[in-house]
Amino acid sequence: MSDIALRMEHVYKKFRKGETYNSLRDLLPAITGKMFRGQELDSNDKREFWALQDISFEVKRGEALGIIGHNGAGKSTALKILSRIMKPTKGNMIVNGRLSALIEVGAGFHPDLTGMENIFLNGTILGMTKREIESKLDQIIAFSGIEEFIETPVKRYSSGMYARLGFSIAAHVDPEVLIVDEVLSVGDFIFQQRCVERIQSVIKTGTSVLLVSHNIKTVTEVCPQTMLLEHGKILAIDRTDAIAGRYLGALPEAEEGNKAVYVSKVCVRGRAGQQSSFESGDTAWVDVEITARESLERLSVVIWFADDNQYMIFSVSTERLGFPPISLQAGESYRCTFELKLNMAHGTFNLGSDIFRYDREMSYDRHNRSATIFVGSTMAVRGAVNCFPTIIESEKFTKSGNLCEV
Amino acid sequence: MIAELRELYKHRELLYMIAYRDIKVRYKQSVMGFLWAILMPILIVLSGVVVRYAYAIVAHVPLKGADIASVAIRAVPWAFIVSSIRFTGSSLFSNFSLVVKIYFPKEIFPMAAVLACLFDFLVAFAALSILLLVVNVGWSVYLLWVPVLLATMILFCVGVGLLISAASLFLRDVKYIVEVFLTFGIFFTPVFFDVRMFGSRGKWLMLNPVAPLLDGLSTCIVLHQSPDFLWFLYSFVISVVVFVGGFVMFKHLEPAFAESI
Repeated sequence: MSDIALRMEHVYKKFRKGETYNSLRDLLPAITGKMFRGQELDSNDKREFWALQDISFEVKRGEALGIIGHNGAGKSTALKILSRIMKPTKGNMIVNGRLSALIEVGAGFHPDLTGMENIFLNGTILGMTKREIESKLDQIIAFSGIEEFIETPVKRYSSGMYARLGFSIAAHVDPEVLIVDEVLSVGDFIFQQRCVERIQSVIKTGTSVLLVSHNIKTVTEVCPQTMLLEHGKILAIDRTDAIAGRYLGALPEAEEGNKAVYVSKVCVRGRAGQQSSFESGDTAWVDVEITARESLERLSVVIWFADDNQYMIFSVSTERLGFPPISLQAGESYRCTFELKLNMAHGTFNLGSDIFRYDREMSYDRHNRSATIFVGSTMAVRGAVNCFPTIIESEKFTKSGNLCEV
Repeated sequence: MIAELRELYKHRELLYMIAYRDIKVRYKQSVMGFLWAILMPILIVLSGVVVRYAYAIVAHVPLKGADIASVAIRAVPWAFIVSSIRFTGSSLFSNFSLVVKIYFPKEIFPMAAVLACLFDFLVAFAALSILLLVVNVGWSVYLLWVPVLLATMILFCVGVGLLISAASLFLRDVKYIVEVFLTFGIFFTPVFFDVRMFGSRGKWLMLNPVAPLLDGLSTCIVLHQSPDFLWFLYSFVISVVVFVGGFVMFKHLEPAFAESI
């Protein structure tokens, strides 16, 4: 037995853009035309494009590899080739052992069947035998958390229940190779955390995982290594935090308007200079430079952090820090530097910036994403902030009467 | 092909599961469940009786119970052929999300569609058996032909189903053409009539590969004779060719399914 679970060697995939002959009505005249007039069937050469080019990588048993990339980078095509739904145009692929793809949760559900019936149907589709499903039935139902509705047709389920049941079935397939594609974007936060935990625990039992996501936070929680795809090519395979920096660095610049005063520069620095990847608890410096086109007074600079759900988790301004309001003449610029302690748990955060006039409640140049930073953590903390927990006392005891009951 | 058939065998539970789903859903949706299975056969038998009655009037011969029995024996399998070809044709489309997202042998869908129709057929066939008992057609050793003929018919339906389901993914108008054939096919198939009515020209009608099978069924059940062996062999060979050809073509096109939808 080799310890390679999955390997792609120089895989290429070519697609055709646009319509080909998709009805007899079009196809037959084209064929007869070719026979009688020596006319060629439309050659589609110009409309071909390579969705994947020279993709090579391998995943060992019990390893997890993340795949990130922007839309159209070829992530889904790569997964479809791995799960044998599509054939590569060129190149080889090896999969050792049972492969299960969590590509769309609940794809095989039939709305008229009950949850229970769908467990059997979907489980079989995902490659389990009937006996296996029967032996895991209680676990599946318990994990999904919808015991009371298990005899209800799934068409009456909420989308969250649907996703929970779907993931629960897929999570119990026990494959040797598990492919996960964006499925974790459904369901509430707690359920997502449980899914991540479930994936982490299957990795520990020796399953290899390939995780595709836009959400770098999920990728870092699961995969130490990540592959960055861009336009069908591998840009890099490296440690996830290194990749995350590159991926986030490639984000497009924020919009710029013709405003009376505007944010002319935002720069996030760490100890090593300009950077986007930090450890939880690190100190960061944010330089904000504003430039006025007209003479203005009573301005202050505002910055904030939002998490990847656009929820603002921190906000501060020069005025709120006790700095006097800024007055600028036309053409003048002003620069300030905020020193921040990044006490968030790991995740991706957008830095927003604005110029605000408090007495008129007026916002001059609001940017929701002046920069994006990625915070990693070696501590296994969950949630939005890092309280840097330690356990300072731990002992075993038997209850005696004088302890207060909670 | 052997490796592919072995892979299919490995996934047999999935085949049953999907057929079971199709049956269950169909019976769940219609309150009439059982009636659903026998509705189309009943309609075909009744129209056959009307046609036979008209023929009896023109020919000045009385309509016999055996005639009705033989119409019924051919109408029920014909209903099976029509519905299984119709269901297989749309089977890949209606399971679209599974076809493009999860890997397993996709011929399971047309095969499950045939299996689900087979269930309806068995229900109708059970009802038909009661009718045959009432009409009292009797028993004979030739009834052993029935499973052989039915098996050939299933093989034929699966083969046609594989061809049509794959073709209709790539050529969107195939399903309309198939529908026309299914509607008018009954006039070219000995369901309402008997090929013997055409005398020596009857053999042209027997070229329809379904004809010797339907004719064989009524021959062995009603007339207690062995079906014409050469014609049966003809149907059998065609069914095998259609099945193998359909299977090979299906497997050849299968990798392109996900790209075409």
